[in-house]
Amino acid sequence: MTATNGYKAGSNLEKVLSAGKFAVTGECGPPKSADVSVIEEKAKILKGYVDAVNITDNQTAVVRVCSMASGVTAQQNGLEAIMQMTCRDRNRLAMQADILGAYTLGIRNILCLTGDHMSFGNHTEAKGVHDMDSLNLIKMYKDMRDEKKFQCGEEMPVEPRLFIGCAENPFADPFEFRALRLQKKIEAGADFVQTQCIFNVPKFKKWMEEVRSLGLHKEIKILAGITPLKGVGGARYMQNFVPGIDVPQDIVDRMAACEKGAPSQAEGKKIAVEMIKEFAEIEGVAGVHIMAIEWEVAVPEIVETAGLMPRPAVA
Amino acid sequence: MITAERKPLDEIVGLVGDKKKVLVAGCDTCVAICLTGGEKEAEILASELRILAEKDGREVEVEHTAAIRQCEWEYLDMIAEKVAAADVVVSMACGIGIQSMAEKFEPKVIVPGANTNMLGMPQEHAVWLERCGACGECVIGETAGICPVVRCSKSLMNGPCGGSHDGKCEVTTPEKEDIDCAWHLIWERLKAQGREELMYVNRPPKNWSKSSSGGPRKMVREEAKPV
Repeated sequence: MTATNGYKAGSNLEKVLSAGKFAVTGECGPPKSADVSVIEEKAKILKGYVDAVNITDNQTAVVRVCSMASGVTAQQNGLEAIMQMTCRDRNRLAMQADILGAYTLGIRNILCLTGDHMSFGNHTEAKGVHDMDSLNLIKMYKDMRDEKKFQCGEEMPVEPRLFIGCAENPFADPFEFRALRLQKKIEAGADFVQTQCIFNVPKFKKWMEEVRSLGLHKEIKILAGITPLKGVGGARYMQNFVPGIDVPQDIVDRMAACEKGAPSQAEGKKIAVEMIKEFAEIEGVAGVHIMAIEWEVAVPEIVETAGLMPRPAVA
Repeated sequence: MITAERKPLDEIVGLVGDKKKVLVAGCDTCVAICLTGGEKEAEILASELRILAEKDGREVEVEHTAAIRQCEWEYLDMIAEKVAAADVVVSMACGIGIQSMAEKFEPKVIVPGANTNMLGMPQEHAVWLERCGACGECVIGETAGICPVVRCSKSLMNGPCGGSHDGKCEVTTPEKEDIDCAWHLIWERLKAQGREELMYVNRPPKNWSKSSSGGPRKMVREEAKPV
């Protein structure tokens, strides 16, 4: 037995998932300034309603407070962090140094990502690092944890005990490779996966069929991604302009049928709740990941209405 | 081949400064093939510089020449006289040619007339696409003859990211044109070859020390050295 009592990391998220409870994770985007109160406020909204919260890492290639510092702030405010780490901004030295640092500051969950390309962000002239890809990153952290080894092979006396996550997009192409890509990430060492936000439920179900046919759902905890829609504008924008997001017309039509403001927001939350209930019935789905982008206040109501309260307390 | 694009005239004029005798030196190899810096393009640039100088009322002598290859010492001997007569040389060659000139004719001021941009190939007439990153450790034997180092926007080694859609990359060119997703192409071609299992393998991180990350590279062929 290690100090983590048989767990890989002993994080709340790992314990909830290990206990077979239906997990709920949220997402917080750090601010584009040195204002710590933004993360404090978002943490207060989500505390108690999610098992852990993703802290994004310069999401969409826009500079923000780093995910390590924001993750620590979230944890100081009672909300367990899932620190996101992209390969875009760091080489293998920095990715190892940062995870050791994050671990010493109490971070236990990590999400390994390639990262949105610099061309989407606010520093389009930046050099993309891409020393490694997200699979390499997963493997590197797994070896640090399980082998006590750096990527170069050197040993370390005290390993960072991490619960290692990855992302997968069931709606990206080539579709037939998407479940296989998850399999590669499992082989690399991923413990949990959060999917891209789902609007096309039939296609997600088809992907889950492939995942189950490969037996992957027994090897990794799958959290289905949900983004509650605030209005038809956002739905149309994602449908037309966000790469890798598949918004079917019937979802857009449902949102378009509602008046702007409160009625639209209510419909968006209703769709999210319906989806959570539908996903909970799919074999192999271990939880949901709710990405309420700059709409964190919607999360408590969605989680409550979906019947997911109170969140499990696991020792 | 190495491709390059001519610099804007304003920038070249700025680099030439107040020098009175200007030589525009083309290179008749790669940059001539990509219609940027051969003898013909050197002649055109020389004319542009003369016309501009006349318009501005500046007294400037502009000559042009071309070397068969600016990147080899012996071909530079053939243009040495013209270089010696100039106050400044605008080299239309790639970065290698420009540096060969600057080294060969030191302390002559050699300035670039072109921006070297890639190792590419003409996909169709007058359209070039990047094909090689000179990374020092070629992987395309496992990726169906398609380079993920330069043809994937993120140099991924293990398949397409979540931004691959309908065979296209999430990144577009500066002109907002679609870019093919390299890993989608690799997947399709490996399937056609009956070798898609190569996509299932987890490839380790790339050894970038073989690329420019290892410092300036040097290649020596001992067996080819004169005895």
